[in-house]
Amino acid sequence: MVESIAPSPLPAPVTTPTTSTISERAQARRELLRVLFRRPSFLIGVAVILVWVLCAILGERITPYDPFNAFFKGHTPPSIDHLFGTDRLGRDVLSRVMVGSRDVLIVAPLAALLGVAVGTFLGLVMGYYRGFVDDVLSRVVEAFLALPVILVALLTLVVLGSSSVVVVFVVGLLFAPIVARTVRSAVLSERQLDYVTAAKLRGESGLFILSREIFPNVLGPTVVELTVRFGYAIFTVATLSFLGVGLQPPSPDWGLSVSQEYANMVAGIWWPTLFPALAIASTVIAVNLIADSLQSVLNE
Amino acid sequence: MTAAVAPKVESPTQAALRVEDLSLSYVVRGIPRPVLRGVTFEVKAGESYGLVGESGCGKSTTAYAAVRYLPRNAVITGGRILVDGDDITKMNAEQVRRFRMLHASMVYQDPGAALNPTTKVGPQVVEAFTVLGQSKRVAEENALKALRRVQIADPERVAQRYPHQLSGGMQQRVVIAIALASDPKLLVLDEPTTGLDATVEASVLDLVRTLQAETNAAVLLIAHNLGVIRTLCDRVGVMYAGKIVEEGDAATVFENPQHPYTLGLLRSLPRRGIRKSQRPLSTIPGNLPQIGTPLPTCVFVDRCPLADELCRTVEPPIVEVGQGQWTRCHHRDRLGQLVEPPPVAGHEAILGDLNLTLSNVSKTFHQSGHDVPALVKVSLDLHDGETLGLVGESGSGKSTLAKTILGIESPDAGADIELDEHALAAKSAGRPTADKRSMQMVFQNPDSALNRGWTGRQILARSVSKLTGLRGKAVSERVDKLAADLRLTQRHLDLKPRQLSGGLKQRLAIARAFAGDPRIVVADEPTSALDVSVQAAILNLLSELQLRSKTSYLLISHDLGVVRYLADRIAVMYLGRIMEVGSSETIFTGPNHPYTEALLSAVPNVDGEDRHRILLSGEIPSPANPPTGCVFNTRCPRVIRGLCEVTEPPLVEVEPGHLMSCHIPVDELRRLQTKAQREDLVLTTPPESIEAAAAQGVDPLP
Repeated sequence: MVESIAPSPLPAPVTTPTTSTISERAQARRELLRVLFRRPSFLIGVAVILVWVLCAILGERITPYDPFNAFFKGHTPPSIDHLFGTDRLGRDVLSRVMVGSRDVLIVAPLAALLGVAVGTFLGLVMGYYRGFVDDVLSRVVEAFLALPVILVALLTLVVLGSSSVVVVFVVGLLFAPIVARTVRSAVLSERQLDYVTAAKLRGESGLFILSREIFPNVLGPTVVELTVRFGYAIFTVATLSFLGVGLQPPSPDWGLSVSQEYANMVAGIWWPTLFPALAIASTVIAVNLIADSLQSVLNE
Repeated sequence: MTAAVAPKVESPTQAALRVEDLSLSYVVRGIPRPVLRGVTFEVKAGESYGLVGESGCGKSTTAYAAVRYLPRNAVITGGRILVDGDDITKMNAEQVRRFRMLHASMVYQDPGAALNPTTKVGPQVVEAFTVLGQSKRVAEENALKALRRVQIADPERVAQRYPHQLSGGMQQRVVIAIALASDPKLLVLDEPTTGLDATVEASVLDLVRTLQAETNAAVLLIAHNLGVIRTLCDRVGVMYAGKIVEEGDAATVFENPQHPYTLGLLRSLPRRGIRKSQRPLSTIPGNLPQIGTPLPTCVFVDRCPLADELCRTVEPPIVEVGQGQWTRCHHRDRLGQLVEPPPVAGHEAILGDLNLTLSNVSKTFHQSGHDVPALVKVSLDLHDGETLGLVGESGSGKSTLAKTILGIESPDAGADIELDEHALAAKSAGRPTADKRSMQMVFQNPDSALNRGWTGRQILARSVSKLTGLRGKAVSERVDKLAADLRLTQRHLDLKPRQLSGGLKQRLAIARAFAGDPRIVVADEPTSALDVSVQAAILNLLSELQLRSKTSYLLISHDLGVVRYLADRIAVMYLGRIMEVGSSETIFTGPNHPYTEALLSAVPNVDGEDRHRILLSGEIPSPANPPTGCVFNTRCPRVIRGLCEVTEPPLVEVEPGHLMSCHIPVDELRRLQTKAQREDLVLTTPPESIEAAAAQGVDPLP
């Protein structure tokens, strides 16, 4: 008689590797970070932002001169003593550029965060409930999108008076519609998926489905949107300072410094304008590099 | 079956396609991961060769390599690919372009994506000829000829349409016409009928076979459906983990497999009318090895019940079996030791108490001012512990019916859905928890059905606490029990869906449906996204769970083998109406409604039984504008002129437990259908004229 080997009617569970589950999930997160850190653009972005953050934190402790109260001869060109030269009041430009990131690095992230928070909420509601709610909110959002951000911010700040808090609110709320639109489209494709149907079939409330089922899955685009908005916020805050409605003197803010000195460019005094402008550019570019890397890694 | 009469071509001196010891790796993050490990086969002119195997075995990579259409990170690490004697692995970009232009063509899985949606069909076909250097005039003539050649009856009009205005079957015909424009030596078909209904699939397969005989091209076919391979292919290669493990004539390999993997694949199919009451299906334990893992000896060793020390130490040589069949196995002589699983008792067809009754359920969708009836006066009932199979072409209303029962869609006024003799609220949200708990659903695609942000444990726990009202420790106990029932380990529960294989994901989805001990589970194509070996395991689990819990299933599937295996009764739907209901045995033995008859005959069969094929004329009419009288009259091969177009036949009980909606008396149908085994039916109207008319919303047979 032949020995018979009966195949089991059910597949054996997949062989269990020795690694525990927790480390497996940590591993997935580490893998994501590893991929991020292999991207030169991400590294450059992070490095630049780190430099500005360090400057902002350490401030006067590492600047060559007091950025506020050390007055030298006005408008001396870059030299060994003053690498970036001095401004019209004789303050050291390098020292002022180094501490100039302080305000923007507080105001811009807060504005971006506010914009993304409000925008994500709106986007979730619009995408999930659709119908009447979506129609009304979408029209409002479109109306806001049609307004030039700087112009509205300018008017609001003139009316309400300038302060960092107002800048955060104005810039943040003006960003919200843009974020809302992105999140809405992510939610629209998400709500088509069967897990939402399954949740409805077991009687989940709309609030639960939105916050616990859908929201975690649109977190990716939301994080990307946050970094992108951060970049735009830096730019917008600098622009408002330049226009004189943002931060007020004697703040060493980059945008403000540019606005106070650019008139002297015609006279050949380029350094007090160029260096703060470069600082703004480097920060915006660095943030965008990070945003791009995040986006492509999360989409992979 | 017509496969037997496909003309065999004299073997030429040179194979049209010859793949020699092909090795290929995908470079992922700098590390090459081998996908093909020495694939060798050849396809002669006029021959069709099929590659089968589970997803991930390398069959698609092989097919794409044959036309050198590989992703950027693919590296050919060894071997040659000869098409008509030319080594295409050594060609430069321009040579490859000319090679593809003149000698090789490909037909893809999704014809909708293969055609440009913004351009009319005509210019797209013309383009295939103008690239060959033909003048516009000649190309236009040839394009019309090409469309006629793929049996499009009215090419002038079809050429004026955009791809989205054509049905899937018509789109695929157009793609085939384009592929054949250059009269290629090699035609690669990648799952050409996967997205199509069985009735359309049958006609596309017939077309490919006819054209192949005409053009004498070598055909390389990739399909996961073994029935399609059997219907179309002369020879077949079985692939596993980047190697061909067995090769031979399609009939020989399928009748008399000589490799444990082939045997496992064939046995995991629900075929030859096997039912759950007889025995569980065979499965292949384990999974394909992960891409990139080293495989020193026999590639199948980890999943093979026959594997021993020899298999782990010595790579099995090619063993000739005769008649061109060979296998890579040490233990060919021991295949007889692999027996099918023993029968299970308890599935005797005892009809339990009635639990669900539908009467007069209609559902009309309103689309831009038009009423589109998706369900028309459907009445059905379901008993404890039985499986009701719902079959029909896509667009017949199967899924809408399931959604209406579950309360995802609300039915039109006048409908009555009763569960255990109390009426159910139209919308799921309006039903008490007890009712929600009683009815749950298993979806087709587990990727979409499981929240990818949650772990398996979170998914199950939420369903358990929401449906049963349990709290705390009781929840985790229930979750553990569910997991154990579905053979999920604790480790699986802590993973997120993307870390699980397709089969494990579907088991998790089934566990979720069973969280609250449901009375009824609606399963919408529960296995169509899975490989056959995994499908077998899922079907076994479903029938085991049913046996234990006396749950009723409403099973929607296009795979009649699956339906036959699991279903106790079957309802056949067409254009939102029930055409026939009966026990599984009645439906599969007949006499049948002519629509059921055609549906059954269209399925490509792995066993290649000589069976009469009824080609259904045209495609399903638009539900927005259904034909008058019997809705099937426009396609019915047995239509009675003057009666069927005028009066809609009622759904009446023609035999005990067998309901049918047809004017032809059941005894007459029985006589006709026995006779039809011998005699071909004559189509009443050419297929495309009906189809064209239906697309225009005109009743073709006034």
